[in-house]
Amino acid sequence: MAARSGHTLAEKVWEDHVVRRFEGEPDLLYIDMHLVHEVTSPQAFDGLRAAGRPVRRPDLTLATEDHNVPTIDINQPIADPVSRAQIDALRSNAEEFGVLLYPLGSVEQGIVHVVGPQLGITQPGMTIVCGDSHTSTHGAFGALAFGIGTSEVEHVLATQTLPLKPFKTMAITVDGVLPVGASAKDLILAIIAQIGTGGGQGHVIEYRGEAIRALSMEGRMTLCNMSIEAGARAGMIAPDDTTFEYVRGRPHAPAGADWDAAVAYWRTLVTDDDARFDTEVFIDATAVAPFVTWGTNPGQGLPLSAVVPSPDDAADDTARIGIEQALEYMDLVPGTPLRDIAIDTVFVGSCTNGRIEDLRAVAQILQGRHVADSVRMLIVPGSARVRLEAHAEGLDEIFTTAGAEWREAGCSMCLGMNPDKIAPGERSASTSNRNFEGRQGPGGRTHLVSPEVAAATAVLGHLAAPADL
Amino acid sequence: MEKFLIHTGTAAPLRRSNVDTDQIIPAEYLKRVTRTGFEDGLFKGWRNDPDFVLNRPEYQGVSVLVAGPDFGTGSSREHAVWALNDFGFKVVISSRFADIFRGNSGKAGLLTAAVDQSVVEELWAIIEADPAAAVTIDLQAQTITCVGMNASFDVDPYVRWRLLEGLDDIGITLRYAYEVAAYESARPSFKPTSAEPTAAR
Ligand code: SF4
Repeated sequence: MAARSGHTLAEKVWEDHVVRRFEGEPDLLYIDMHLVHEVTSPQAFDGLRAAGRPVRRPDLTLATEDHNVPTIDINQPIADPVSRAQIDALRSNAEEFGVLLYPLGSVEQGIVHVVGPQLGITQPGMTIVCGDSHTSTHGAFGALAFGIGTSEVEHVLATQTLPLKPFKTMAITVDGVLPVGASAKDLILAIIAQIGTGGGQGHVIEYRGEAIRALSMEGRMTLCNMSIEAGARAGMIAPDDTTFEYVRGRPHAPAGADWDAAVAYWRTLVTDDDARFDTEVFIDATAVAPFVTWGTNPGQGLPLSAVVPSPDDAADDTARIGIEQALEYMDLVPGTPLRDIAIDTVFVGSCTNGRIEDLRAVAQILQGRHVADSVRMLIVPGSARVRLEAHAEGLDEIFTTAGAEWREAGCSMCLGMNPDKIAPGERSASTSNRNFEGRQGPGGRTHLVSPEVAAATAVLGHLAAPADL
Repeated sequence: MEKFLIHTGTAAPLRRSNVDTDQIIPAEYLKRVTRTGFEDGLFKGWRNDPDFVLNRPEYQGVSVLVAGPDFGTGSSREHAVWALNDFGFKVVISSRFADIFRGNSGKAGLLTAAVDQSVVEELWAIIEADPAAAVTIDLQAQTITCVGMNASFDVDPYVRWRLLEGLDDIGITLRYAYEVAAYESARPSFKPTSAEPTAAR
């Protein structure tokens, strides 16, 4: 790879995938990997069938079942007819078009954004797409990864390319060291609270700075995952030794001479000193503390030590109405300390925080403690592999001894599309990524939290951090 | 996608403005797994009303919809276009279309012809007086003709070209199959595939 200058990481990955460029037309970008799940793919396959087109590169396509699957009794037929129809459609489409599918029950099944990285299929410098907005997760490896719509899914299946107009670039520089007790989840919630849910609109965010370099791959995935909640198309982190060590030895990682060639290329994937971003944001890591959301969008969050805000605090009328509506839906009174909010359901899981490191953090807090009587706690591994890893480390026993429910892999309570839902009026502390009205079930109220806060909350029955125990 | 050159058919007057995509097809239809067969969901909320224009016997078999301004606003669901296609519509005529709906239409082969509101009014008058009146939409000439009236319409030049050539997005990209193959042959060998790794590794 020739030396380049003046380019951001995102621009480099983009440039390396341009198949065709023509003045006045979008660039045609090559897609290195296309991840597929049951919800957004059926019409795309149907479109191919209608036009008599094959999947161009089944070997660059991978499917799994996640959104609709139950997390208990997984050997039973799926009860909900709509869910079952989507799963059945994926199975027959995968078979007909020769796409590898990891179905429910397979040891590689799981949330699509957990499966890719753990197989080593997610690697630096790739373009990765999926009909799912949280595809941004894979950007943690220095891949350009973003969600696409169903017609685009069909386009990628048929051509392994996408016509795209360039994204804008944004740098979020996080200087300093995260304090003890603050995690990647707290950091991203703090970032979204600062820049807003539309702050990243039209941009690819690159997270950089000392605090980012210090994060584990799991932490980086948590961060990039929620780029979409900041309005961005994708999030990226330049690959470094932490990245290479994570990828090395995984089933799909390059080996031998390929490994050396890959690492040599990956090392070029950094933003040049003379590159310019369209937008720059600076965050002080040392000020980040355990963070929770109080409202109905991911930008409505505050440090756990704060109180429920008042509509009177709003800068303008739109914000005031936003706060009023959120407080009404969430049934919260301004001035209430966030720590006083009682929680009846705790959910640990999702593509944001359903990886092994997240489960370890939870186990460490639950060890020797018990979930409060008033709380139902669900712990759902992001993939069947994560579940096995947790078993090997004895985490499952810690969870069940503490009184939590330990489930099979899937999206579970992250969205109300499968049997794991919260009931109307119930209030959850959830490690997932969206606190929209009804996201976890109609009428359900969601507070987004880190795994550590989720665990402490489960023990105490109200929003809490491990330091409160 | 079929080429669209010239279309002649009967037309239905939809005397409503701001018909959003929820009205074109409600959210419950988004759960389906097929790409076709959405005709039963089209204008679902109005289809039980015997007076609704598409329920009236004189407008059976129409292929042109003449709608009020701001047609296709709201959610970006592509199902709205599929439902119109599946019902048998080839052309929607309005004085203003929502951008995303218009983009989706062009991709799926449904012509959205933008005209002055006066043309819409004139067409309404004609097809209400004579539901059997044939409307001809000539994409090459960009004209609408119907019983003595003749008007021109607006369409994005790129969309017009695609419709005339019968090219959907995929069809266009497939024209560059050579470039794609050339790119593929130069891809580094270390890039992963999804194929199950062999035991050797
Ligand atoms: S875990 Fe939640 S956010 Fe992630 S893919 Fe599943 S439903 Fe989407």
